Amino acid sequence: MTAVTPLRLLEPGGSSEVEIVMTVDDFWVSATDVVRVLGWEIKPEGLCRDRVCIPLSDRGGLIDDDMINLGRLAELIGRPLAVSAENHAAYLGQPFDGYERTVGHLDAPDFTLPDLDGRMHKLSDHRGSKILLAAWASW
Amino acid sequence: MVMSVAVDRAEDARSWIERASPRHPSLIDENHLLGELYNMVNVPTVVWIDERGQIARPNDVAFTTEKGGRYARVSTDDQMALLRSWVRGDRQGPSTELLESQIAPASVESQQARAHFGLGWWLYQRENLDSAKVQFEIAADLAPDDFMIRRGTMRYFGSDPFGPEFVEMVKDWRERGHSYYLPLPVE
Repeated sequence: MTAVTPLRLLEPGGSSEVEIVMTVDDFWVSATDVVRVLGWEIKPEGLCRDRVCIPLSDRGGLIDDDMINLGRLAELIGRPLAVSAENHAAYLGQPFDGYERTVGHLDAPDFTLPDLDGRMHKLSDHRGSKILLAAWASW
Repeated sequence: MVMSVAVDRAEDARSWIERASPRHPSLIDENHLLGELYNMVNVPTVVWIDERGQIARPNDVAFTTEKGGRYARVSTDDQMALLRSWVRGDRQGPSTELLESQIAPASVESQQARAHFGLGWWLYQRENLDSAKVQFEIAADLAPDDFMIRRGTMRYFGSDPFGPEFVEMVKDWRERGHSYYLPLPVE
């Protein structure tokens, strides 16, 4: 049984500290941490969050005792995962599914970002105006 | 209204913003959130969003200068005319076909690359440059078309994003049959 080590789990917009167990190729996080940090829970119906459940054909690959395989979890919930074992950090990214689509319905993803004074601005605060979102850089 | 976002460190964007002194929101996106949310791979990238908060025209390259327009092989005049007609309400935006063809899920590799960027950027901020570089290189291998990562991180390791290494990067990319920018057709 390998030791429990801390892992900083980074996500767009924040990070949390979880505890993991590393085996040769895998990282295992407690089911409790997964619920606390990511909101996903394993139930008889499958891997669930809010009212969404993903059916599980191979529970063994995902859960062992009370530990959840982080890589397999990321695959199932459709989020990219990058891990640096030696730096005790991992980044779980936002999926890009091509926007929710029905005819003529393409929601612009909302975001909150700071200006140079540190004041936060939210895209959806400007609903009611046409917006030209212009991304640029000094590079 | 315009909402400009510098996909950049505040310290690198500051002098540009202060010199322009914009009256519109001018924001800082160090973490490349727009890359993740909008599948952006380069700058400048513009997106039209309508009053209901929906995409009216997806990711496109647009410059305000003729020089920039020439580099990207777009007509700045045509783009501005199109934008004005949309703002005035003379036209709704591109066809559904164009929207559908442009807004597809990002590849697994692109998304994976962004996760490696996110990790690398966190490491860089903690002054762990060697580990950050490893992550950025993994990202670049996964998504060689993502210049937000490839060019955006050059300065962190002392490379000039306008210098010879960048010129080589673009030359190599073009020799492999790719374009550096992918402008949308002006309908």
